Amino acid sequence: MSEWLPPETESPEEAVPTTGPAVGRDEWVAREGERRVSRAGWAGTVEERLRRVPWWAWLTLFVAAGSLMPLFESSGYVRLVGFNTVIYMMLALGLNLVVGWGGLLDLGYLAFFGVGSYVYAIFDSAKFGYHVPSILIIPAATIVGALVGLLVGLPSRRLSGDYLAIVTLFFLELFETVATNGNQIFGHDITGGSFGISTVFPLSFAGHTLAVQHNGIFAVSYYYLAIVMFLIVYVALFFVNNSRTGRAWRSLREDPLAAEVMGMPVNWLKLMSFATGAGVAALAGTISTALNASVYPLNFSPVVLITIYAMVILGGSGSQPGVVIGAFLVSVLLQVLQDPGQARVLFYLVIAFGVIAAYRVSVRLAIVAASTAVFGIAAHAIAASFHHSWVDGAHGGLAGVLANWVVVPEQLTPWVGQVAYLFLLVGMLCATQLRGRLRLVALPPTLYLAAFVWENEMIPNPGPARYIVLGLLLIVLMIVRPNGLLGERRVEIN
Amino acid sequence: MAERLLELDGVSLAFGGLRCVSDLDLHVDEGEIVSVIGPNGAGKTTLFNLITGIYEPDEGDIRLAGESIVGLQPHQITRRGIARTFQTLRLFLNLTVKENVMTAAYGHTKAGIFRSMLRTPGMRREEREISELANQKLAFFGERLMGYRWNQPAYSLSYANRRRLEIARATATNPRLLLLDEPAAGMNPVETHEITELIGKLRTEGGYTILVIEHDMHVVEGISDRVIALDHGTKIAEGTFVEVATNQGVIEAYLGLGTAETK
Repeated sequence: MSEWLPPETESPEEAVPTTGPAVGRDEWVAREGERRVSRAGWAGTVEERLRRVPWWAWLTLFVAAGSLMPLFESSGYVRLVGFNTVIYMMLALGLNLVVGWGGLLDLGYLAFFGVGSYVYAIFDSAKFGYHVPSILIIPAATIVGALVGLLVGLPSRRLSGDYLAIVTLFFLELFETVATNGNQIFGHDITGGSFGISTVFPLSFAGHTLAVQHNGIFAVSYYYLAIVMFLIVYVALFFVNNSRTGRAWRSLREDPLAAEVMGMPVNWLKLMSFATGAGVAALAGTISTALNASVYPLNFSPVVLITIYAMVILGGSGSQPGVVIGAFLVSVLLQVLQDPGQARVLFYLVIAFGVIAAYRVSVRLAIVAASTAVFGIAAHAIAASFHHSWVDGAHGGLAGVLANWVVVPEQLTPWVGQVAYLFLLVGMLCATQLRGRLRLVALPPTLYLAAFVWENEMIPNPGPARYIVLGLLLIVLMIVRPNGLLGERRVEIN
Repeated sequence: MAERLLELDGVSLAFGGLRCVSDLDLHVDEGEIVSVIGPNGAGKTTLFNLITGIYEPDEGDIRLAGESIVGLQPHQITRRGIARTFQTLRLFLNLTVKENVMTAAYGHTKAGIFRSMLRTPGMRREEREISELANQKLAFFGERLMGYRWNQPAYSLSYANRRRLEIARATATNPRLLLLDEPAAGMNPVETHEITELIGKLRTEGGYTILVIEHDMHVVEGISDRVIALDHGTKIAEGTFVEVATNQGVIEAYLGLGTAETK
């Protein structure tokens, strides 16, 4: 359309006299070009170019970057973290299939990872004396995992939503119980009980054993093997997603009744979704077990399941690149957070971002920041005036700076910490429920209490602390991006 | 006489003592356009749910081209050649416009998960066929569902276009009998006129036999070979539009007893 024409003017085609309304004449389409939203300038150009990069180019770039990691990082620990991250990525891809595409809330997902692990461990360990070649046992374990998925799906295929979640969660508990007590099933030792199986052979191909350690350092071959498997799983699932089965999965997520009436066997498709996801998890289980040379029932506790769910939700349920990035971020974060110093930096950053997200850059933000600082200095001064041991707990680095602000006693009386924790919860409730000036008043003490509890209670217990930071991060992210990092905008209702 | 495509024989359905459909006889011949009218709660949509297998009748038989379809699952009935749209739209809102149509090809395509993972030549050929089928079904609506909107999620469509997309999706199952549940609901007069033309086009160009529920009497008048009026789950009148529209029982059902008498 020429530029000088006002939008209301009819286009030449529409000026042609017609008898009655023609089928399918649409003004919306005629003016489609004008409606396209795009940013101006070079940012818009870059955005447009980036959008045109095909999916396989991104994938290649990502895998290439991952493959180069061992060249720069010689630490066995970092390589091991890399390996575990790739395993998590595979698990997230499988869960994404069930939850993101099929829309089935499968809380038993981790059990299939366990099935794969145990099948490998039982048929490839010194404990029972079997040594099945890896080339056979990996596909076999995958198939067994998928079959178990099918079996679990059979009774629950008519269930959906909450009911399915309960049944599958029960299955995960059942799996853990069986694995823990599996050393006396009808008098036979099958799973090694709570001590698990700790003499698992490493992978071996054509008589050549893939050593887990090379000169005492984690062998990179496992890392590369995991990457290759991840790549295969990613591409295979990408193809399935863009096939009739993938489309059917996504339609039954949207509306099972409509899917059924449009000719899709919904129950069967649910089973297939369950089984395929379970197969992916079992596959990840095999190489993970081969690397760790052991398998324990505790590897399959609900905490791990929740971590995988966090990855999928954070990255954007339904989006393959999204869940991969989610898995990467969460896995790396959980490692980083093991160091109290790094966890501390992240904790305060998250809180700062949360407050900024709530108030934007405004006068109120300045008021909150200033009053929190003043509140802290005052509290510190008061505590110090009683006794110097009340503020002598922290030293050095960021902790040293904070030591002039947060009250960190050398020895905290236990009940003080608990009371502070309780008040923190009350303060958080107030800060979220109150509006306007009242919130402005409630926020500084709450923030200070959060810092107090963090420094005195969380830093000495890094285990729970890292999950708390991760949870906080998830909350902030979900507020900013409700559909995850790379999730598409979705509507839930008509 | 044309072949009887759909036959309902003494069909009854009750929900906990409430009779929704009772002893209903109904037939649709090959190539016919039949309208079902009736006040709200007359059992029209329940009739559609019975035909598509969402509900199973308590009594009676439903036959498609002479074969009973009672007891089959909805997807099996769809594969035998019955497709429908919904009064309350039931699109796959977060799938793209084109994917919505492509999903409906599930029943008459074959590629399984493993063939899809490996992207075998046969699977790719089938995908191309599905894609072409979707293009063709969407092109049926002229400019309305045209162009780059195919790659947009279905929730971005306007209400009228969602109705059109539902029809496109239903036709992609390759049906013989098309059940349209209030296709003109929520449309403006121009679009309503368009829908009337479109239903005619669906028969002449698409070759579908059509059973339609409609409240807009202009549409009913414009398209129907035969009109069936329902009230309280029973058939109260059947015949041409004029016959049914002037039927005393139908007027009473719509306007209430007494109004008709004083008229």
